[in-house]
Amino acid sequence: MRPWKLLVALLAAVSLLAAACGDDDGDDDAGTDTSSETTAEDASSTDALTVYSGRSEELVGPLLEQFTEETGIEVEVRYGDTAEMASLILTEGDNSPADVYYGQDAGALGALSNAGRLVELDDAILDLVPEGLRSADGTWVGTSGRSRVVVYNTDELAEEDLPDSILEYTDPEWSGRIGWAPTNGSFQAFVTALRVAEGEDAAREWLEGIVANDPVTFDGNSAIVEAVANGEVEVGFVNHYYLYRYLAEDADYPAANYLFPSDDPGGLVNVAGAGVLDTSDQQDEATQLVEFLLSEEAQRYFADETYEIPLVEGVEPAEGVPSVSEINIPDIDLGRIDDLEGTLALLTDVGAL
Amino acid sequence: MTSLTTDRDDGTSVHRPGPSSRPARIDVVTVLGLLVAVGAALPLAFLLVRAREVGWSRSLEIATSDRALELLVDTTLLAVAVTAACLVIAVPLAWLTVRTDLPGRRAWTVLSALPLAIPTYVGGYTFVSALGPRGLVQGWLEPLGVDRLPEIYGFPGAWMVLTLFSYPYVLLPVRAALRRLDPSLEEASRTLGHGRLSTFVRVVVPQLRPAMTSGALLVALYALSDFGAVALLRFDSFTRVIFVQQRVSFDVSIAAVYGLMLVALTVAVLGLEQWTRGREQYHRLHGGGARLARTVHLGPWRWVAVAACAVLVLVALVLPLGVIVYWLQRGMSAGEPLRLTTDLVWGSVRASALGALGAVVAAWPIATLSVRRPGRLSRLVERLSWSGYALPGVVVALSLVYFGARYLPALYQTMWMLVFAYVVLFLPQAVGAIRSSMLQVTPSLEEASRLLGAGPFETFRRISVPLVRPGLTAGGMLVFLTCMKELPATLLLAPTGYSTLATQVYNATVEAFFARAAAPALALVVLAALPMAVLVLRENERELRPPTAQAEEETAEVGESVVR
Repeated sequence: MRPWKLLVALLAAVSLLAAACGDDDGDDDAGTDTSSETTAEDASSTDALTVYSGRSEELVGPLLEQFTEETGIEVEVRYGDTAEMASLILTEGDNSPADVYYGQDAGALGALSNAGRLVELDDAILDLVPEGLRSADGTWVGTSGRSRVVVYNTDELAEEDLPDSILEYTDPEWSGRIGWAPTNGSFQAFVTALRVAEGEDAAREWLEGIVANDPVTFDGNSAIVEAVANGEVEVGFVNHYYLYRYLAEDADYPAANYLFPSDDPGGLVNVAGAGVLDTSDQQDEATQLVEFLLSEEAQRYFADETYEIPLVEGVEPAEGVPSVSEINIPDIDLGRIDDLEGTLALLTDVGAL
Repeated sequence: MTSLTTDRDDGTSVHRPGPSSRPARIDVVTVLGLLVAVGAALPLAFLLVRAREVGWSRSLEIATSDRALELLVDTTLLAVAVTAACLVIAVPLAWLTVRTDLPGRRAWTVLSALPLAIPTYVGGYTFVSALGPRGLVQGWLEPLGVDRLPEIYGFPGAWMVLTLFSYPYVLLPVRAALRRLDPSLEEASRTLGHGRLSTFVRVVVPQLRPAMTSGALLVALYALSDFGAVALLRFDSFTRVIFVQQRVSFDVSIAAVYGLMLVALTVAVLGLEQWTRGREQYHRLHGGGARLARTVHLGPWRWVAVAACAVLVLVALVLPLGVIVYWLQRGMSAGEPLRLTTDLVWGSVRASALGALGAVVAAWPIATLSVRRPGRLSRLVERLSWSGYALPGVVVALSLVYFGARYLPALYQTMWMLVFAYVVLFLPQAVGAIRSSMLQVTPSLEEASRLLGAGPFETFRRISVPLVRPGLTAGGMLVFLTCMKELPATLLLAPTGYSTLATQVYNATVEAFFARAAAPALALVVLAALPMAVLVLRENERELRPPTAQAEEETAEVGESVVR
């Protein structure tokens, strides 16, 4: 009893002391830590660049470390959900510590841009990426691309069994065989694009048709891929890159991607992208980071490590992944895909949410 | 013995603080309590700010829409069902592990408390991967011709997961109360001619009621605010819908209105609890040794009891741990890095220990007000202290972001802010534990100490704290464990770059790298379970030296030192 109490008291005292001194080293990568003098406690960090990342540490942590190695610019990263990190900046208002926002879809970037929180980037940076994969007003730039596809079970189906348009999945023959994730951000971006491309009525009709086909609802893309592979459903509406992770683990994984022809709304390409905050006091370094994400090295990282579509000419995608010249670059401004309010209302209305 | 103590004819004694017994007076405890309540009410203030931006008429429109009312009904049903199920599991389990000759009682005592250490986002995931259509269990049953398990998604799944991983909130306080019952009351009742059952109903249950209601309250409001279970089991509760709303639309109006409805629901639940709580208090009348009541012999029933305990522990503890270990092994064979560093462990433990400490300190005045000065003011303070607990973590976190970034930029994104968030989120867990400990302490000991010349501080240090220590430890432990599991507030408020085991699990699972999440998840569960296991064991092993006896010795010492 006594030693236990002592231990608790000690622990409390030590933690209090540690918290008060604020010697936080948020780096949890053993060994690679160059013990920096920066403190995470210091909200007004003037020496390290603060990135709010909606892309997870698993995906982009190593890449951001490379940036520090090359430029000597220390980076503090706050990882979280894409929309939540954008909400965080909007809630923080003028006192936001963030210098760079790095998000998983154009909608969140559009929302920040609409709120006037992103500064215009140099044309030299913007021009690296095809038009349509960056914002029309130059406030953010796409860094890697993701295509919507249909993943299908290769034991049950062959490619020729699949319709060449997403619109045909409303056919009753697909009843009970579809997996989807109506709460997933990428799916909702697709529905928004569908509303823009085909009109409200067509989008509603399509959703009602899918709902009538009794689809199985999942919370995310990987759950759908797994369900397709184990036969719970036969096809699923997903982003293209999840499958390759499973294939990397097991070459005989019984699932494959179907890429829509380039004129079909089902093949929407969305981007991860970055922008520099208007409240940043280190805009030069922040711009350097955005530039780095478009460097050949970073683009290669996206191709080989995350199986995404590199957006800068001259970098080959991984095997089986379409290249930037093959994809259907939307002729709508991806930033407009932040009208999720309407999409949400529509999804709720047809009973999908 | 105060003059307010009357003996009832059923052998219990009841302390009734009459309205005139303690005139409401403004003192240190009241001021502290109000301060804490103000802090706890920040999320509510934030929601009101947001709702005002929307406009009241539009807010009302949202609140009375069919969708909102449907959510209100569904969420209420879930909370009620989870609470009922937890009581049904926990009260018999507490009795079995405290009062009977259950084989392997000590092991069951510890094991049955541990599911609390498993976060619902881990528990829910394991539940789905095991019991989902075409999950592991279905795979085992395949040879028997089962090709589809019944649907677990929606209400039934969310109900089961929430129940399995939150029943210890009821189990722990009820068990503690059972241990501390004065058997002389029951003996008196038996002497006065009541049978065993009648004694149980008329003497034991009333004394367990405070523990049962405080546990039930923790469960009910936890069910309102938990996100992991409803997300994974796809049940639309307020929390899940608020979360989805905030994720996909940057206009938080609907989320704010739903949040306010959740607060209203919380107030209703608290009102209900107040009504069942009653005005009666029970505490020992004298320092009579707390002998353990006689053990009940179960006879052949004991195997039924063991089977029931085994099933529960299997489903709520072994199954989730098994799934984590399966992923760990799968990841290791695929050569995945373990992703477990001392920094990560330390980050979790440090933040959680501070959170626990903060919550206990903040809970003291609130519990004191509630036990010693029941009245309108203390009720208000106590209710405010609940508001953060019943709201989704993301709402609480954003509210602190809003106020922190605007008015306390120096503290924003520091450890202090995170600890403050933990206190706002989990304060009631500490209040409940401290409160039930305080209820069993007679104020006359403190009065005696003051009469003997000790100052208020010395009395506090030498009498009050030791008497309530079991509550302090239990409350601190509960909050520690809950902080270990906490995710949304940690992601939004921790110092930039600060990682905990929970955020590491999130980082891996958000990209569906379950194998990479396994090691931190396992570490998280083990570390969260550790203090609880120690505490439960100590409770079990402790030579029951009643706190009252200690306090009497202390009081005697105080007297001596004054005489000297």
